Parts: sequence; C-alpha cells; structure tokens
Amino acid sequence: MKRTRNILAVAVFLLVVLVGVPWLIEATGRLDLYYTLTSVALLSIASAGVWVTFYIGRINIGQGAFALMGGYVSAILVVQYGVSFWLTLPLAGLFCAAASVLIGLPILRLRGVYFAMVTLVLTEVARLLALALPITNGAKGMVSIPLPGGISIFGLTILPDFATLANPRPAFYLVSVVLMVLCFAALYRLVHSRIGKLCQSLQQNEELASSIGVNIAYLRVIAYAFSSFLGGLGGAMFVAISQSIYPSSFTVTDSVNFMLNCFLGGLGHVFGPMIGTFVLYFGWDFLFETGEFQLLIFSSVLIALMLFLPNGLLSLRLFGKKQG
Amino acid sequence: MTELLQIKAVTKRFGGLVAVNNVSFAVREREILSVIGPNGAGKSTLFKLISSFLNPTSGEVLFRGERISGLAPHIVARKGVVRTFQETTIFKGMTVRDNVIIAHHLRSNASLAGFYLGTNTARRDEDEFGRSADEIIDFLDLGAQRHEIASTLPHGHLRALGIAIGLATNPTVILLDEPFAGMNHDETVRAVEMVRGVRKRGVTVLLVEHDMPAVMNISDRIVVLNFGVKIAEGTPKEIQENEKVIEAYLGAEDETIGF
Repeated sequence: MKRTRNILAVAVFLLVVLVGVPWLIEATGRLDLYYTLTSVALLSIASAGVWVTFYIGRINIGQGAFALMGGYVSAILVVQYGVSFWLTLPLAGLFCAAASVLIGLPILRLRGVYFAMVTLVLTEVARLLALALPITNGAKGMVSIPLPGGISIFGLTILPDFATLANPRPAFYLVSVVLMVLCFAALYRLVHSRIGKLCQSLQQNEELASSIGVNIAYLRVIAYAFSSFLGGLGGAMFVAISQSIYPSSFTVTDSVNFMLNCFLGGLGHVFGPMIGTFVLYFGWDFLFETGEFQLLIFSSVLIALMLFLPNGLLSLRLFGKKQG
Repeated sequence: MTELLQIKAVTKRFGGLVAVNNVSFAVREREILSVIGPNGAGKSTLFKLISSFLNPTSGEVLFRGERISGLAPHIVARKGVVRTFQETTIFKGMTVRDNVIIAHHLRSNASLAGFYLGTNTARRDEDEFGRSADEIIDFLDLGAQRHEIASTLPHGHLRALGIAIGLATNPTVILLDEPFAGMNHDETVRAVEMVRGVRKRGVTVLLVEHDMPAVMNISDRIVVLNFGVKIAEGTPKEIQENEKVIEAYLGAEDETIGF
C-alpha cells in the first residue's frame, strides 16, 4: 500500500519535472526559468550533502569548499586534459570525497559549534587556494570552458553534443533534474537502510553508539565523504552550465545557504534540502521587487520560519496529516 | 571458574589527582561482581578504564588473557565487554524497539554496503535483529513500551532499556553503571531480578553501585574502593564484617549504609 503510493508519488514528480515544467516554460515563453530551475536542482544536490552531515549530528558550513573543488577538478580535467565532461562529473565527486576523508579524519572529532567553525573556515581556505594555485589560474579564473560533448553507446546517442544544440538550456535542465533525482534516490536509500539508523545513532549519542560496537570514526568519515561527493557533483555540473569558474564562484555565503536550505526544508526529511532550496531560491528572487528591503524581508521571514517551524517546511505536511 | 577479566595494577591520574590507584582484581566467569565505594572513590573512573573509554596511566585490563586497555571502545565491545550507561544515555529519538535493533550492530553478517543494497544476507540480518530484539524486550518486560519513543519512558523502563541495549550486543561481560540508582524499593527489587536474569542468560555481570542493600543481595563478590584504592574484596558477608569498609562508610555520612 505504502509502496504503491511511493511509486505513484515518484512517477508524478518525474512527470511534472521532466514533462510538465518544460511544457509550461515553452508555453509561457519564460525561458529564463530553465536556468533558475537548473540552479535549484544543482544547489539542492549540494544541500543534500549538507543534510547528510546534519544527519550524523554535525553542522556543516563548508559545502561551498567542495562545490568549488568539484568545479575546478572538472574544469581543469576538461580544459587541460581534454577529458569528457561526463567522465569528470563522477571524478570531481570522487576527488572531493577523497579530500573530505583526509580533512574529515581530524575535524570530525569536533562537535557542535567547533566543527561548524572549522568547516566555515574550510570554504575560505578553498577560495584562497583557488587564488594561489597556478593550476586554477588565480583570480582570473577559468573561462570559455567547452560545453559537454555527447555520449553514445554502440552508435546510440544517449546525450547529444551540447555545443550543437541551438539552446542547451533545456538539455542542461533535464540532465540536472535527472542527476538530482538520482542523488536523492541514493540519499533516500541511505536513510531508509540500516546505515540511516546508524547515522541517527551517531546523531543521538556517539558514546552509546561506540559502546554497542559501532565504529563511529569510520561511519562519520563515510557520511562526510558522501556529503562532499554530492557537493563536488553539484559544483562540477554548475561549472559546465556557466562555462566558467572563479575562486569566488562558491563562497561562504553559498556554504551558509546550503545549510539554510536544509534548515528550511527540514532536517528530519530526506526531501527537506530539495524543498528548502526551491523555496529559498525562489523566495529570494520573488523579493527582488522590494529593492533595498530584499535582504531585510528575506532574513526576517527566515527567522520567523525557524521560530515557528523549527522542524522545517516539510513538518507542515506531517501536521496536516495528523489533523486529517 | 576461569577469570574472564583481570584488572592488573591499574592506575589513573588526572593531573595531580590519582583517581584510581594500583587496583587489581579479577572477574570470574558467570559471576555478579559489584564495585562499591563512597562518592569520589573512583568507581566511575574504574568503570571507564575497564570498558576502555579511558586509558590507564599504568597497569592494564585483560580480557581472556588479552590486553584490552588502549583499544577503541567499539573494539572492546566487539570482543564481548560491553558497558551500559546511566539512564539518560539511550537513543532518545528512536522507539524502544529501534533502540534495541540498532544495538544488534555487532551481530551483523552483512557489510554496510550490503545493508545499503539490501542483499539477502542483510535482509536475513534485519529479520534476525527484529526477532532477537523482541525477545530481549519481552525478557526485560518492555513489551508494552515497544513502539514508544525512548525519551518518553519513565525511570525504571529507561534503565531496563539501557540493559536491553547492552544485551543486544550479545556480551560476554556486561558492565552496569549504577543500575539501581534513583529507584524506590519496589523498582529496585524488580531491577535486582532483572540483573539476575541477565546472569541466567550466561552473561557475566560487573556492576558499579551505591545502593548497599541491593548490592549485598545480588552480588557473589564485592570489591570496595575508597579514595581510588581497593580496601577490600570478598563475599557480601566478608565485606559486611570488614573493619576498613565500615570505617570508610561511616566517614561518608551521605551514603546509605545497608548493614
């Protein structure tokens, strides 16, 4: 019963985002929405990573560092080594995961505000590194990165060469949404498998977890690596779309936003970061009309939301369910 | 009887303070051994040293002749020496059943990846954990609370849940941290029965406790600490008649003396 309902919900969601949204955009001529929604999809992937670190009880304000890292890894591989973008996408994720293991081993021992502070610094370190390293081309960044090429297996074209498309935006939109769906499917499985329970046990009491034989250091690193993998993936895809990357492409503000997306959507719900990113991104754009008051209204609404909906927007749904 | 755990000349210093000073004793297979002593006697420190949550400054703890001091707590647990905590240490946000199921971690045959992919081994593990958790829950009389969120349970049930979590790891030795603290008479009587039940399952019990009557009632042997030093060891009767013990306890007026 529940299974059928879940499958139905996923089918409806896929239909809406893969068919409904493009149809609406074409019908209304609001082609700019492609870019906006692509951004939402990619940012929600990075936010999903942050959500995983929340799930093991760590406040992560460093996802910007891994998004930046992933972006540069992909850009450098494409530009300097001529590697196909589609291959650099997983490589960027894996590179970030590997880096996060090295970084995570020492810093994951920290808890609470201490971990949060270190991750915050991490974003800044990543920016400074991008400025200083010769391979990243410093402040000038990397521009005119070629569009992703096509993929074909046995002559069957799976993805067309993006450079040959008159308008690559719908293609980017579709690829990003598919990527997002895959990432959230992986996350959903993680949370609903025994690993999810183990992560929760870390979040609720690390000492007790280790007393029942859980290798907490190992599990923390695995979760952080998964988190950073998603950050790198999102960052790499972003770079492909904007065809450029600078040290300031992902900054502390982005790191904070990734975290806010999770808060806003709900830390107790797998799809929290997706909803949170969507609402935050569109909320910000929506308030553009208010001019100089944009930030003021935006922040006030955020504070109010956190006060009245501490468990995120998705807790509204549960509330409604209980009443109904 | 074989000696399962050997505590050998264990000393723990915190800066200038010697919390545990050159303490040695052994825990025999399938016995209930209690460590008692006035407040600040070093009981909790000793407890942490045995479960490897702390490392001794000198001396060592052996389990089946093998040194376990210095190993990570989860490895010590894997070997079969499992500690419980005082009542607040549970997985608060989970149901009672999930608390006990998660504690079956050490019994899993499947790897993390196996659990992620939902392999046959993983599914068999899950089924087995569920069955075993239900058995332990019934054994500790938590059946009615099975699906309640752990943080909503009253004292006595929390203590039982702590022991259930410990049992789920299938320990050889279970270390109970003040299992009778803060309980009234009836609750204590029930808890004493519970600990006896644990031993009946073949588990060796080492407990650290304040509650004198309960300790006298339940223990095969007792070790008494005072100011970090072992001042006596013996059967409850021997301890009751021990001059040093009486002196130590008369010196500490806030303790309940049960004899």
